Amino acid sequence: MSLDSHLVVERPGFRLDVELRAAAGEVVALLGPNGAGKTTALRGLAGLTPLSGGRVELDGAEVHRLPAERRRIGVVFQDYLLFPHLSALDNVAFGPRCQGLRRAAARRVAAELLDRVGLADHAHARPAHLSGGQAQRVALARALAVRPRLLLLDEPLAALDAHTRLEIRAELRRHLAAFDGATVLVTHDPLDAMVLAHRLVVIENGAVVQTGTPSEIARHPRTDYVARLVGLNLYRGEAEGNHVTVGEARFSSAERLTGPVFVAFPPSAVALYRTRPDGSPRNLWRATIDGIERHGDNVRVHLHGPIPLAADVTPSAAADLDLTPGQEIWAAVKATETHAYPA
Amino acid sequence: MLTRLFPAVAAVLVAVSCLTACGSSPGTAAPASGSGGPASLTVFAAASLTETFTELGRRFESAHSGTEVTFSFGSSATLAQQITQGAPADVFAAASPATMKTVTDAGLASAPAVFARNTLQIAVPEDNPAKIESLGDLAGPQVKVALCAEQVPCGAAAVKALDAAGVEVTPVTLEQDAKATLTKVRLGEVDAALVYRTDVIASGGKVRGIDFPEANQAVNDYPIAALTEAPAADLARQFVDLVLSREGRDVLTTAGFQVP
Amino acid sequence: MPWPLLVPALAGLAFLVLPLAGLLARAPWQSLPQRLAEPRVLEALRLSLVTATIATAVCLLLGVPLAWLLARTTLPGRRVLRALVTVPLVLPPVVGGVALLLVLGRRGLAGQWLYDAFGVSLPFTTAGVVLAEAFVAMPFLVIAVEGALRAADQRYEEAAATLGASRWTVFHRVTLPMVAPGVLAGAVLCWARALGEFGATITFAGNFPGRTQTMPLAVYLALETDPDAAIVLSLVLLAVSVIVLAGLRDRWTGTA
Repeated sequence: MSLDSHLVVERPGFRLDVELRAAAGEVVALLGPNGAGKTTALRGLAGLTPLSGGRVELDGAEVHRLPAERRRIGVVFQDYLLFPHLSALDNVAFGPRCQGLRRAAARRVAAELLDRVGLADHAHARPAHLSGGQAQRVALARALAVRPRLLLLDEPLAALDAHTRLEIRAELRRHLAAFDGATVLVTHDPLDAMVLAHRLVVIENGAVVQTGTPSEIARHPRTDYVARLVGLNLYRGEAEGNHVTVGEARFSSAERLTGPVFVAFPPSAVALYRTRPDGSPRNLWRATIDGIERHGDNVRVHLHGPIPLAADVTPSAAADLDLTPGQEIWAAVKATETHAYPA
Repeated sequence: MLTRLFPAVAAVLVAVSCLTACGSSPGTAAPASGSGGPASLTVFAAASLTETFTELGRRFESAHSGTEVTFSFGSSATLAQQITQGAPADVFAAASPATMKTVTDAGLASAPAVFARNTLQIAVPEDNPAKIESLGDLAGPQVKVALCAEQVPCGAAAVKALDAAGVEVTPVTLEQDAKATLTKVRLGEVDAALVYRTDVIASGGKVRGIDFPEANQAVNDYPIAALTEAPAADLARQFVDLVLSREGRDVLTTAGFQVP
Repeated sequence: MPWPLLVPALAGLAFLVLPLAGLLARAPWQSLPQRLAEPRVLEALRLSLVTATIATAVCLLLGVPLAWLLARTTLPGRRVLRALVTVPLVLPPVVGGVALLLVLGRRGLAGQWLYDAFGVSLPFTTAGVVLAEAFVAMPFLVIAVEGALRAADQRYEEAAATLGASRWTVFHRVTLPMVAPGVLAGAVLCWARALGEFGATITFAGNFPGRTQTMPLAVYLALETDPDAAIVLSLVLLAVSVIVLAGLRDRWTGTA
């Protein structure tokens, strides 16, 4: 059960034009900033937003002319949209009932699915009495109950608190692994995408900017958005042998390349010095501090100089260096942690 | 704002008072005594008097320049109720002695005078689909008849007339007043109704009236009285006089009333 | 509680309740039992309850789909349509009754055909009372339900569609249960309005004890001769409607 689609949705001031494919058993994450068109793409697949052009094929059969109720595409909505007047069991049994099963048979199917997501005890609870995590699992069971050819998840973990999120993420990964159809997942959280998906499709302003496996994308971002998502400094430059020129800055890198390239390195690869360090590392610039903020356990320092930079230092190092905005400082990047790849 | 508004309002007021007061009074009695300033007279009258009293009010205003006559027409019982609850009326003209009695019993009027009588007619749609000729025809099994409810004067009169004739009628509806009853005839919803001849005349030819001899057994008296607590007692008495005068009787007979 | 709210609130309450107090003060309590036992009173009360309830059912049957049409479709001229729906609210009920006669009367546009073809004549029948009441009361239901439909989150309907529900299934298994409180509120307003209906009823259906004389008609005619009786009838009508509505409210809040 595979998906092959080309989704075009035109609205005043916005155009979505993306190609999206997912093989049977594959989980594809649609990643992008707010307003990129992720949810529009998902709605286009489900038949909730009409396409201006393109097509949606499931196993080679066109479905984009069918109304939503005849596509057999399961959707887990962002805030789940469990029917408030029905019990968890009847929410899950809703789809099978619509497919023509009798009430008792539909409830048997639903009970089995609820059991699978570990909610057999809550079958008769109304959605208002379920926790966020439980509601998420009911929503998944409900979407799976129609034996969908394609499963769509819209920000499936966004409504959960941090703790529940961790737990549900792992569980969701298990359920998705057990699902034999194609899955498309929309998220703006890179961690969700990395953990849950086999392949990422990054969209910005309605167009695909990068696709690849999570590790490919994490190592080789191609846009500022992706770089920021995965926490890397990213530049576009010209390579010649082991050197890359980015504006006025010159990098030494591990790879030998020629022509236009991306250069990427993590903020932790940047070291800061009050005075010019001895035995000077190769990638060294003078830079001015723009701002300082907490970032996890570290301190992130935003700098500008020949290139804009983000650097992570430990709190004690920050105290030793006595960093203040506007201060001039030396920044060095380890060549071994600098990756260059063709643009 | 107010200063700019004032002249405009004043102009309108002058124009309106001209419309009512400056109109020439065509050859009637001279202005009565004490009609120097603007005065107003409030008359509560039975709904069946709407046309005649409006006309009489117009004549009264012509004769008493500067006087404005305001009417409240309605069911006699409702009006009587309003008067006993303190409504500021000067004159009460009722469609039945019984309703007048509630006002006199309350000490709010004395010595009412009967100024008109109304008799019933059979009202039928213009094309008279049920071919009604006499009171007896109303008893036909297929004939749809509307009567006034017994609680209102025209209903009480209808019962009296039917009893006198010994005719048994099963009406389809007992309406709340004569006008409503007549509406049912005019729209052809019923084949016949018993209403006052004045109502038939006022309906202007859309309905045909058929006289019947038993109507004489159920004559309805209309009493009128100036109220004892009338704010405009003088004018009230003068209006009652106008109604009882030859001029008043002419207006009433033209509309189909009998006068005593 | 802020006094700019409290003072007008209490004034409003007094405004609504004082007339009722007036009725209670004037009620002829001594003769109340035998007045209530009069068969005419019970007959009118029974007729009122039956017709108001059937009229409400008719309004639900026709009004809920109409509200759906107004709330969920993009018909051209929908604004005009919505304005037309509220016509019975603005129209004096007596005029509404005349309008009904002109259409459904024995010589009315549609009534004539009904009469010729089936021998059916609606004026002066209990069915006519139901029609008159439904005509006047329907806007209350339609407006309440339309408001509820507009306020309802349509994404639930989308969720139902992705689960394979047809439009009709979506409507009766998702939309309707979700707007049920709005429908009930509308039905209550509708029922109350039908129960108190006078003008359209007496004009279209006439007044005949046991067949078309509902409580408000009985009250009006009693006022002509016996105001005390009118007060008694009004109190009966009030008491019954308060009991019914309070009972219903308890039931909803009990299950909600």
